[in-house]
Amino acid sequence: MGAHAAAHAGGHDSPPELRHHFVDLPAQREASTLGMWAFLVTEVLFFGGMFTAYVIYRATYRTAFEGASNLLDIKLGAFNTAVLIMSSLTMALAVWASSLGRKNLIILFLILTILLGGIFLGVKVIEYKQKFEHHEVPGPHFVVPLNEKTHQPLPPQSEMFFSLYFCMTGLHALHMIIGIGLLTWLIVKARRGAFTTRYNTPVDMVGLYWHFVDVVWIFLFPLLYLLGRHTL
Amino acid sequence: MSATAPDETPRVAERPNYLNTGYGVKSWLLTIDHKRIAILYLIGVTFFFAIGGLYAAAIRLELLTPAGDVFQSETYNKLFTTHGVMMVFFFMIPGIPGVLGNFLIPLMIGAKDVAFPRLNLLSWYLYIIGGLLALWATVHGGVDTGWTFYTPYSTVYSNGWVVVTGVGVFISGFSSILTGLNFLVTLHTMRAPGMGWTRMPLFCWSMYATAIIQILGTPVIAITLLLLVAERVFHLGVFDPAQGGDPVLFQHLFWFYSHPAVYIMILPAMGVISELVTAFARKPIFGYKFIAASSVAIATLSFLVWGHHMFVSGQSVYAGLVFSILSFMVGVPSAIKVFNWTATLYKGSVSYQTPLLYAIGFIGLFTFGGLTGLMLAALGLDIHVHDTYFIVAHFHYIMVGGTIMAYLGGLHYWWPKISGRLYPEYWSRVSAWVIFIGFNLTFFPQFIVGYLGMPRRYHAYPEEFQVLNVMSTAGASILGIGYVIPLVYFAWSMRYGKRAADNPWGATGLEWETPSPPPTENFAVTPTVTGRPYDYLTGREEAAAG
Repeated sequence: MGAHAAAHAGGHDSPPELRHHFVDLPAQREASTLGMWAFLVTEVLFFGGMFTAYVIYRATYRTAFEGASNLLDIKLGAFNTAVLIMSSLTMALAVWASSLGRKNLIILFLILTILLGGIFLGVKVIEYKQKFEHHEVPGPHFVVPLNEKTHQPLPPQSEMFFSLYFCMTGLHALHMIIGIGLLTWLIVKARRGAFTTRYNTPVDMVGLYWHFVDVVWIFLFPLLYLLGRHTL
Repeated sequence: MSATAPDETPRVAERPNYLNTGYGVKSWLLTIDHKRIAILYLIGVTFFFAIGGLYAAAIRLELLTPAGDVFQSETYNKLFTTHGVMMVFFFMIPGIPGVLGNFLIPLMIGAKDVAFPRLNLLSWYLYIIGGLLALWATVHGGVDTGWTFYTPYSTVYSNGWVVVTGVGVFISGFSSILTGLNFLVTLHTMRAPGMGWTRMPLFCWSMYATAIIQILGTPVIAITLLLLVAERVFHLGVFDPAQGGDPVLFQHLFWFYSHPAVYIMILPAMGVISELVTAFARKPIFGYKFIAASSVAIATLSFLVWGHHMFVSGQSVYAGLVFSILSFMVGVPSAIKVFNWTATLYKGSVSYQTPLLYAIGFIGLFTFGGLTGLMLAALGLDIHVHDTYFIVAHFHYIMVGGTIMAYLGGLHYWWPKISGRLYPEYWSRVSAWVIFIGFNLTFFPQFIVGYLGMPRRYHAYPEEFQVLNVMSTAGASILGIGYVIPLVYFAWSMRYGKRAADNPWGATGLEWETPSPPPTENFAVTPTVTGRPYDYLTGREEAAAG
């Protein structure tokens, strides 16, 4: 990445990571950081549209949503929450290692982060599979589920709960997959020794992205799995 | 600093500039130079404008006679949908930011490029891919939902290519987001030494306000279109009343972006006008800080007024009341701009060159569009004219009379810088007048016919409306000719035009301190800014100095 731009860099002592149009590395880093935060703002609004829809329909069809929420596997959800928080820790450690320029340590923490992300996605697959088997996927094969205690059918809007559940967790999972792609790219770069005490911006930026995706889950988990669980 | 003096010294070889550094297709399609990307946008934007214009011509042809005789009603629905989609998403929104924003922002702030050059190129590709997808959908049968894609018609009943068009708009939305993000970061971090926020040109201020809207608004339409596509494909039910969904929620989400989006279209235009007015009045701009702040105020208010599109959609009366009051408030910062432009012209040494003709046209037409906007913000009146030609006339006064006038004015003003050539002054004045006359003849009758009750989006209408519709169609023909003339002489000037001096207008601003056309790295030495922008000597100061 940096190699092509370096050819254009002006001064004779400018570092190879410096793109030609920036004055110095701190200025370049400031631009990247602001850009990443602005991007995360757009992500908040991107997810925000679905959160709005969820909040409105949950308030409108409370029994349907609470009943359907009870059908989610709270143990798997809680396990996944713990896994993601762990992955945020390993990501933070990777950023720390990169600021020290310790190549092997960076790679180790990045691999751990990918593994934890992979576990999360694996558990998600198990959860989705269960939903398929129980005919809880919206569409022609959807069967209105029963209330776990009363064994009466839930209101038909429970289908919409699952619509939103799949949209929100699906979009979150897509962000995780993109994140794993970015982490793999970082490992390739780190193996080449791209990150030094002077320059670790990409690790820092991907770190911000990864934490953001985790934070989305921190909101999704209570909203989808926990809220109103004991009122039935 | 002599005005309009052509290049006196004939040159043996051309100075190296961004246009002659490479000639191959690859040197254009893989460029990361913001100036070349601006040219790429110019080509794309012109292409989609022509497509949208052809559809407008078809619409006006059908409306020449009261009977629905040229096109069937469904075909007509597809015509106005494609006209709207092409013009809004692939001309208006990327227009001024993509072409003038890309070219000028780094030059105006004394930077070598935008903050993320490769992201900038990606933006262009996303825009083109999105536009071509939407065009593909049009060619293969079209969409008949209107550019607003209202549910449940778009998700359940329509037979058109809603999904493909939706995906096209979704993809180009990311182009808009990334452009806004790029400009925001560029303006924050790459200003030349000495250029504080209050020394930044007003075009940059308006692009900054635009970037805020692009960043905060566009993701919402992205997710809304994603839900729409998912709903149509998988029958999610989120917007389908049959499954408990709420179509009004779609309208809320849609307009939460699409109302601010009209400010994505007009704010850059206002920035252009601020530059033109001060340059051709030879006077420092009146109320610099007020104009800058009013851009940000418009951006802020833009997010609080979306409900005025839904006065008759079953939204609560009290919400309507609040949205009505907030919509009136947008008039305040808009009026601040108009008053400041007028005050700048007052007692200036005004030279009526082509860019200023466009700018003056803008001020008049925008004021007209803005005042009728206030009429529409009034709850009672809106119910009378809702979904009539009155509203069509209103937003065309803002978008065509406002944005396109400013876009063309800006293109004429910076064309010597962009191409290094001058265009024929006589023909450019002719085209400015033809466009102004054609525009008013097209759209003024629509105010009347709408107020009399002619609804929009029908291919047939009662006979008593024919005279006004014939006027409108005649105006559209004139307008079309007006748009072709600049296309011809701009293309002509690239090869045969006189070479432009570095600063042909004698204007202030960093973009005029570098050669025309600028070298790839923009400035040989990074400039240092020592004073306020628009530092024109007024007549009195000149007399005192001389």
